[in-house]
Amino acid sequence: MRFSTFLLKYGEIGIKGKNRYLFEDALVRQVKRALSKVDGEFKVYKSQARIYVDCEGEYDYEDTVEHLKRVFGLVGICPVVRLKDEGFEELKKDVVSYMDEIYPEKKLTFKVETRRAKKSYPKNSMEISRDLGEAVLYAFPDIRVDVHHPDVMLNVEVRTDGIYVYSQVIPGAGGMPVGTNGKAMLLLSGGIDSPVAGYMIAKRGVELEAVYFHAPPYTSERAKQKVVDLAEIVSRYAGPIKLHVVNFTDIQLYIYDQCPHDELTIIMRRYMMRIAEHFSGKSKCLGLITGESIGQVASQTMQSLAATNDVCQMPVYRPLIGFDKRDIVETAEKIGTFETSIQPYEDCCTIFVAKHPVTKPDVEVIRRSEERLCERIEELFEAAVTTEEIIKIG
Amino acid sequence: MKEVYLDNSATTRAYDSVGELVRKVMCEDYGNPSSMHRKGVEAEKYIKEAKETLAKLCKVKEKEIFFTSGGTESDNLALIGAARANNRLGKHLITSAIEHPAIINTMRYLEEEGYRVTFLPVDRYGRIRLEALKEALCEDTILVSIMYVNNEVGSVQPIQEAAGIVKAYNKNILFHVDAVQGFGKYRIYPKRLKVDMCSISGHKIHGPKGIGALYIEENVKIKPIVFGGEQQKNIRSGTENVAGIAGLSLAARTIYENLDEKVEKMRGLKQHFIEGVTRIKNTTVHGLYDETSAPHIISVGFAGIRSEVLLHALEDKGIYVSSGSACASNHPQVSGVLRGIGAGQEFLDATLRFSMSEFTTLEEIDYTLDTLYNIVPMLRKYTRR
Repeated sequence: MRFSTFLLKYGEIGIKGKNRYLFEDALVRQVKRALSKVDGEFKVYKSQARIYVDCEGEYDYEDTVEHLKRVFGLVGICPVVRLKDEGFEELKKDVVSYMDEIYPEKKLTFKVETRRAKKSYPKNSMEISRDLGEAVLYAFPDIRVDVHHPDVMLNVEVRTDGIYVYSQVIPGAGGMPVGTNGKAMLLLSGGIDSPVAGYMIAKRGVELEAVYFHAPPYTSERAKQKVVDLAEIVSRYAGPIKLHVVNFTDIQLYIYDQCPHDELTIIMRRYMMRIAEHFSGKSKCLGLITGESIGQVASQTMQSLAATNDVCQMPVYRPLIGFDKRDIVETAEKIGTFETSIQPYEDCCTIFVAKHPVTKPDVEVIRRSEERLCERIEELFEAAVTTEEIIKIG
Repeated sequence: MKEVYLDNSATTRAYDSVGELVRKVMCEDYGNPSSMHRKGVEAEKYIKEAKETLAKLCKVKEKEIFFTSGGTESDNLALIGAARANNRLGKHLITSAIEHPAIINTMRYLEEEGYRVTFLPVDRYGRIRLEALKEALCEDTILVSIMYVNNEVGSVQPIQEAAGIVKAYNKNILFHVDAVQGFGKYRIYPKRLKVDMCSISGHKIHGPKGIGALYIEENVKIKPIVFGGEQQKNIRSGTENVAGIAGLSLAARTIYENLDEKVEKMRGLKQHFIEGVTRIKNTTVHGLYDETSAPHIISVGFAGIRSEVLLHALEDKGIYVSSGSACASNHPQVSGVLRGIGAGQEFLDATLRFSMSEFTTLEEIDYTLDTLYNIVPMLRKYTRR
């Protein structure tokens, strides 16, 4: 018995009124994109408030499910056996062998639920459910019926193109289809947090771009490769990501030369925000995303966050703001970024970090310190944004 | 951009002739040397030829040469194989504190198996102290393993004296030499040195990666560490890497052509580089500079600059070097060798290894020096405060 179709269930987007088709179309696009990475031919289409994937010819079942599980907006993935209508007696046999194969243990309760789209079928829904249920009960003495809380809901859909049988529901990623909620710019470092932050915002249907600050020779090619690898993992969920790689060395050294050392990190982060906003404006992003979480490090105290936020015109989304490190790590492990994040390459935030950075910076003081940069900072800023390298990921 | 490759102790560029030969063996003479037909015989010829070549270069017997996947496997086979085959005579092993991880970590593994291991200290030039060796020897000792040339600082070990001491104490104690960095720079004759086993590697001598050899004196008892089709007299099962073996053989023959001339040239460049680099303030050259050190390795500490930063700054100018030893430097930890020779605290995380080959030119060395003169003062200006 072979699964030749997947029935995909979606949650929140079912209730979006007149805009529903926009969400459904986005979901179809995302499913198609996810399956484009899988060997095999797939036909994806929507029909009667459901999305179907027909698998033509040979395909890898596990790999297909793995890819579907990464599509935001899907709540359930049901592998379907598609039967030809060869009479009710044949259908009974097929349904019995379906149960036999899928549930080898047999100690369970079940219920048959029939939908009859093909109205010319000789039996009605009730009769089909009843007679199939009887056949299953007759075949397996350990199986019982429970119409209220069955362990297994055996679905039978009689359609013009055949009879669809399914009972398993593999949980989907949830959220909303990417592309239904605009675009935002993720500040991506090589750490554990920022990829998780990107994932969480993308899960709400937001398309991502990302910016990475590279500081050669203080950070290595491998550190940059690590960020590219992380962006690649995030893009498996979020779809293609345009990654801006900015050479930040000269700005960093200039701040080092001109400003108090314990303010270096805060001032640096203010310039990162400014650069991220610069690219956001050009790419029509509607906000910035960071992996900050209150109090995690000196630059993420409430005072530091306020000092960093001071330069931003756009909304800054910080989906991890109330998370403990432990929770972030858990998500990082779940989405597959953790292993890559913990590779030991230095990123540009740590290279010159002061032994005792300010933890309660005063915005006014920071602004005054930044005035010392007035001579060359515009020129350096311009050079940094014009020499960006763009890497297309996914 | 100019490319100056000064990381030849990590790996070398293969000779063009080696590349061509490897391709020919893989694509034309691809038979399995164990096959009975002509294709097999053809392939077997390369192995015979390689054994002849290596046997001749090292003045040993052909049947004493075994091929492995590289220096690491040669070291593993020598230590684990010999320890297991001789453990009825004793369970004490001796090595130095500055060996390559292929030796150190294998010794650690043998400790877990119940052997006792002594790690000999070294002097400030990175040479084992022979007195310490004498003191370490005991009735229970069955195996001593000392490297020929240290891969990080280029110190050359007194192998002949050490083997002499060991054999005078008890001629049954086996002596292994990890000659991965010494082979192709020195003429190494295990029998004259009274060495029982000797490891070499292909890719350090302009040969292919994934091929190495182990000399095992014919009377040495050794047990295999991998099991299979009983190739190579059941010492090392597995279909021989014929292309690698052919490449190793050709590389060995080629590197030993005009060896003295090549070594003299490298020595000259080493002197020149050391004179130039020590003009930069607060630098130090680890180990010895003179004729008693390896001709191709120069380990320089630049106080106040993290080695990784300087490495990337040089890379930016097309110059490729290592921080510490490349085999171990993927995880940024301080080199055990530098600690072992008692290098100053300020140099532990601030040392680069420059390693040359016969292809290195004076112009490349001068370019490297000029680059260092430019970037070292700049990098020193910006440090963690």
